[in-house]
Formats: sequence, structure tokens, C-alpha cells
Amino acid sequence: MPNLSPYADPQYFVLLVVTLIPVMLGLYYGKRFRVYETIWTAAFLLLTFGGIKWHQGVMLVAYVVYQLALVMGYDRYRKRYNQTGVFVALVVLSALPLALVKLSPAVHLPKLALLGFLGISYLTFKTVQVIMELRDGTIKEVSPFLFLRFLLFFPTITSGPIDRYRRFQQDDVAVPSRHDYLELVNTGVMRIFQGFVYKYIIGYIFGTLMLPHVAHQVLMHRSAFLGTGLSWPLVAYMYVYSMYLFFDFAGYSLFAVGISNLMGVRTPMNFNAPFKAQNIKDFWNRWHMSLSFWFRDFVFMRFTFFVMKHRLIKNRIRVSQFAYLVNFLIMGFWHGVTWYYIVYGLFHATAIIINDIWLRYKKRHSAQLPHNRWTQALAVVITFNVVCLSFLIFSGELNTLWFKH
Amino acid sequence: MSNEQTVLSVLQELTATDLSGQMTTNLFTSGLLDSMATVQMVMELNEQCSINIPISEFDRNQWDTPEKIVAKVTELQ
Repeated sequence: MPNLSPYADPQYFVLLVVTLIPVMLGLYYGKRFRVYETIWTAAFLLLTFGGIKWHQGVMLVAYVVYQLALVMGYDRYRKRYNQTGVFVALVVLSALPLALVKLSPAVHLPKLALLGFLGISYLTFKTVQVIMELRDGTIKEVSPFLFLRFLLFFPTITSGPIDRYRRFQQDDVAVPSRHDYLELVNTGVMRIFQGFVYKYIIGYIFGTLMLPHVAHQVLMHRSAFLGTGLSWPLVAYMYVYSMYLFFDFAGYSLFAVGISNLMGVRTPMNFNAPFKAQNIKDFWNRWHMSLSFWFRDFVFMRFTFFVMKHRLIKNRIRVSQFAYLVNFLIMGFWHGVTWYYIVYGLFHATAIIINDIWLRYKKRHSAQLPHNRWTQALAVVITFNVVCLSFLIFSGELNTLWFKH
Repeated sequence: MSNEQTVLSVLQELTATDLSGQMTTNLFTSGLLDSMATVQMVMELNEQCSINIPISEFDRNQWDTPEKIVAKVTELQ
């Protein structure tokens, strides 16, 4: 049986769009063909997780059954009781498969990694979110069928963007008017073509044509600057990698959102001109937004709320600093239990804490400090470079340079 | 105190800005409220208006102006 990697080549798009024609015709006439969409999803899941990747497919099925049992069990429980211990246990159980997969290299148990499959992180974000909202009572009732549609929504299954259950439900229940749908298709098609330019042209130039060449140069200059390997090629690598990272992932995200749009679903966008950010805080409101907003809503805000409610830390500035640290450390560990991902998390936590101190200083001294387009341009340049430096850490190239001889 | 007065005084404390003339200003895009200040606002409103705003209820689009906050608080009372 053949195996297809999502959005990997032009034929894939032809296959996607051609098989989606019935769905699109249905939406044009105000109908959502759920049975057809279900069969379509099953077929594409089989093509993605079948063939040589069949063991991933088995894990996906087991994972989905497990999460469905957790969510439906909690849904029934929550209608009568609301104990904190049960809620915490559910969140832990729901995140457990992902945690085991991520921990497997660090604890030298490669067999644990076999629990994983492409996209396990994104499915976990969705499930944990549903459990948290059931706890809060913002989701009153989960329909098992809708939960499965939400979890397995194919355009975003492998790498997001991370949608929200209630938002998805809105699109699922209401079929857009013909006018709105045509506009959505128009936007979707434009996004897909923008994605082609981002991923297959710009991302290709940076990632495939330039990056291996610069990486080679970096290793050639291993002994530079007193043996630290800090060289001009390393600086070049930093920028080339950052550009590649953005255009490749933003391109993918545009495909995922564009295909969702064709299916009448307004999956949230992942990027909003991140390199125009004026500071690090602004950057995280523009970069991988569905992830950073997930962390903001389900980690940062819940954590600060908890700490302040129980008065664990008195000083509010300390609360936010501690919360940033927790937030970005979890994000770092999620990327992988490797030193450079954890340092990447710490780096961003530090950057955002410094940024906050500066913003407070600026507020107090707004009369003395100049504020014009030159200072704004300077802010953008500084932010851009801090971000690129963080991506150099993230890339793992320093690990290769320093520790792999 | 009316809900409007309570909301405005909470916001004044957090943003150091008198928003009584700017009931439709977007608090998030204007940078007046960040996540931390939002949590503080939620806690203050819970306390002062004796309501319970679950933190995940906090859909930013529904809480982004003083006017909308007043409406939300009234709805939750």
C-alpha cells in the first residue's frame, strides 16, 4: 500500500482537492456531507499512517480510543462532581502518552518512542484543552462524534494549527452562506498559493540550497575564535536557518488553513508577520500563534491565576516572571528533552522577563524617552536578532558544532 | 457602585488610564492589557462583583473593550 507524506508534493494537493470536490459542492448548496467527510478522512488517514508506517497507524487508533475514553469518562463524571484531584489526574493521563514519547531518548528507552505517531503533540493539545474546559464548565457536554471530528480533522492533524473545540463546533454546526463560503474558498485558495511560494520556493532556497552549504562552512570553522567555533559562517547559518524555519512552517500552516477553508472550517492562522514584532512579547503574539495562545490560555494564565488565588507568591511582578519561566520551560521540554530545546525555552523566558522590566521602565519614564519611527525601527531590528539567536539555539547546530566530533 | 464604575476602577488600577471616555477601545490590541493584567482583572472582577469567570471562558474577542466587559459581568451576575 502506498504511503503519503502530508503536503509533500504537488500531486498530493491534486489528490486532496479532487477528492474534496463533493464536500465543496455540498457546502456550495448549503449542505455538509458528514458521511462522505468521514470516509474521506478515514481514507487519508490510511494513506498517511498505513503502508510502511502501519505501526504508527495502530498507535494512532489506540491513542484516539484512549483519549476518547478519558474525555467521555470525564464528561460523565463532571456532570455530577468536580474534584480537583480527578481533574489533575485526567490532565496527567491525557498528556502521559506524549510525555512518554518525549522522554524516551532522555531515559534511554527507545521502545517508548514507538508509542508515538506523527501529530501526537497536536492531538494532545486538543484533548487537554477539552478536559480543561470541561472542568471550567465552558464546555458543558462533549459529543463523541464531534470530538472525533475535531481531533482527527485531517488538514491539521500532523502539525496544527491547534484549533479550539468550541470554535470548531461553531463551523461544524453552521454551514456558511453561499456568499461567505465563496469568499472563504477564495481566501483558502490564496493561502494555498501563498503557501506554495513560502514552502516550495523561498523555504526551498533557504533550506535545501543554502542551509547545507552554510552548515558545512560552520563545521569547517570549528577552531575559530579560540576554539569556540564562533565564526561568520555561524552568523550566516543563524539567519539562513531562521528564514528557512519561518518560510517552511508558515508555508505548511498556510496549506493547513487553506485546505480547512475549502472544507468550510476557519482554522486559526499560525503567523502574523512575526519579524515585524517590536518586542518579544509582540513576537509571541505573531509567531506560531495557535501554540503560543494555547500556552498563554492553558498554562500561563491558569498558572498565574492559581498562584495569585492561593497567594503563593505575594509580589505580582514575581508571579508573572515565575509564570513565564514555567510557561517557556514546558514549551522547551515539549520540543524535546534535549539541552538546546530547554535552553531555547530559558532564553525566551529570560528575554520576555527583561522585556517586561523594560516596558515598566518605559512607562515610568515615558516623558524622558524618545519615541519615534527610528526607535521603533531599532526595536524591530533588536527583536529580530534576539529571535534569530534563539533559533540558532533551537536548530541544534551548536550541539553538532560543540559536542559531535 | 454600578458594574460600569467597578469595571472602570479595576481597569484604571491595572492600566493607569482613565477609560471612562473610551468604552470601545480595544484593550488587547492597544497594549493596555497583557495576559498578566488580564488575570488580575479577572480576579478583581470575581471578587468585587461576586461572579465566577472561569479562566478558559476568557475568549478575548468577547472581553476586549470596557463596554463588552461591563456587559459580560452583568450577564454573569
